[in-house]
Amino acid sequence: MGGLPAGPVDRSQHEYAEWERRVDAMCMLAGNKKLCSVDQRRRNIEALPPEVYDNTAYYEKWVVSLGESLIQRGVITTEELARKMAEVNERG
Amino acid sequence: MSEARFKPGERVKVLKAYPLGHVRTPFYIRGHTGTVERLCGVFPNPEELAQMRDGLPAQPLYRVRFFQKSIWPDYRGGAKDVLEVEIFQHWLEPA
Repeated sequence: MGGLPAGPVDRSQHEYAEWERRVDAMCMLAGNKKLCSVDQRRRNIEALPPEVYDNTAYYEKWVVSLGESLIQRGVITTEELARKMAEVNERG
Repeated sequence: MSEARFKPGERVKVLKAYPLGHVRTPFYIRGHTGTVERLCGVFPNPEELAQMRDGLPAQPLYRVRFFQKSIWPDYRGGAKDVLEVEIFQHWLEPA
């Protein structure tokens, strides 16, 4: 992060989980509909607090960033996202 | 579209600035002097795209060549080793 020492690079490959494929698809579709851009995604990921950045997987960063982008563009509200996340949590 | 100010072979200095926001110019190259290798094209400004604006006027993007040993104080490779970084025109000044 920001040129700080980070140890060796993990070069191992893994199969993408279904949720990772879905996040990728949502980001591509949002991009096609001009609801997000690569640069907006990067900006939102760069704005994550260091402890969140360090403790989230690649596509977790993407989905958090997508949520931010949709809020910034007025597609959804923070409250709607919060309620939906609580609902999904309840579902377990 | 902004006019291309630099030609291949010209010496340029990267702005040594640290604004907030989404910036594509790597920290480690800011303040360094290199040589324009080529004009890559003209693209909407990513700093503006990141803020949900149109990024216009589009900015020329250059590939700039630097000597590795001038960037890394403890560089142990060859004296002629180079690093090429793509940098937008508004981050460059004549050197």
